[in-house]
Amino acid sequence: MAEYTPERTLDARGLKCPMPVVKTSQEIKNVSVGSVLEVIATDPGSVADIQAWCKSTGNELLGMEKGEGVFKFYVRRIK
Amino acid sequence: MDEHEHEAKKASIVVFSGDMDKVMAAFIVATTAAASGIETTMFFTFWGLQALKKKVPTGRTLFERMLSMFLRDINGIGPSKLNMGGMGRWMFKKMMKQHEVATLPELRQMAIDLGVKLLVCQMSMDVMGIRREDLIDGVSDVVGAATYIAEANQSHITLFI
Repeated sequence: MAEYTPERTLDARGLKCPMPVVKTSQEIKNVSVGSVLEVIATDPGSVADIQAWCKSTGNELLGMEKGEGVFKFYVRRIK
Repeated sequence: MDEHEHEAKKASIVVFSGDMDKVMAAFIVATTAAASGIETTMFFTFWGLQALKKKVPTGRTLFERMLSMFLRDINGIGPSKLNMGGMGRWMFKKMMKQHEVATLPELRQMAIDLGVKLLVCQMSMDVMGIRREDLIDGVSDVVGAATYIAEANQSHITLFI
């Protein structure tokens, strides 16, 4: 399982575009710089979108897990 | 990665339409841009004013009051196609709820929470007889086209919806 230790977890299950990304952008502020935020989502669009959001914002996507209709993202806050 | 990737960026969106679907697209793009660390401005003009109007009658002159009967608030605007006298609006709201998509008022509030600047066109307000008190408190400023151009001139993303 996850080798990342998240400081916080965002439950974005049930949320549709653009909310997983919007909530991630808000929640990352509650994580200290260098620490990891775990995002759990069910929107299949979030797979591409969380990656794109990381690219836009410069935060680091450490990894992604795909389960049964559930996606987990591990994002390290860079700044 | 592009060296300009993380420079301060801006986005500016003209919201001319007052259709539910188009206003929704505008707010989705705006909230996503703001969430991506992009300073975002929306400039509401003409039919787009309905997205910021309270559910109040507007206007003082005869024409303004006649127009007021056809203006809606954010909950009352219908889709650009298949509105079918309001049935389309009802149907789309139901379908979006089934798919747990955020509602228009939720998206608008999120835009405000994320610091999206909501600018309103002074000239449209004058022509349509809409006053500042007819609009929601979240409005950042009432401005002219030059203010929009000044924003757009600094923007990497400009859209007209």
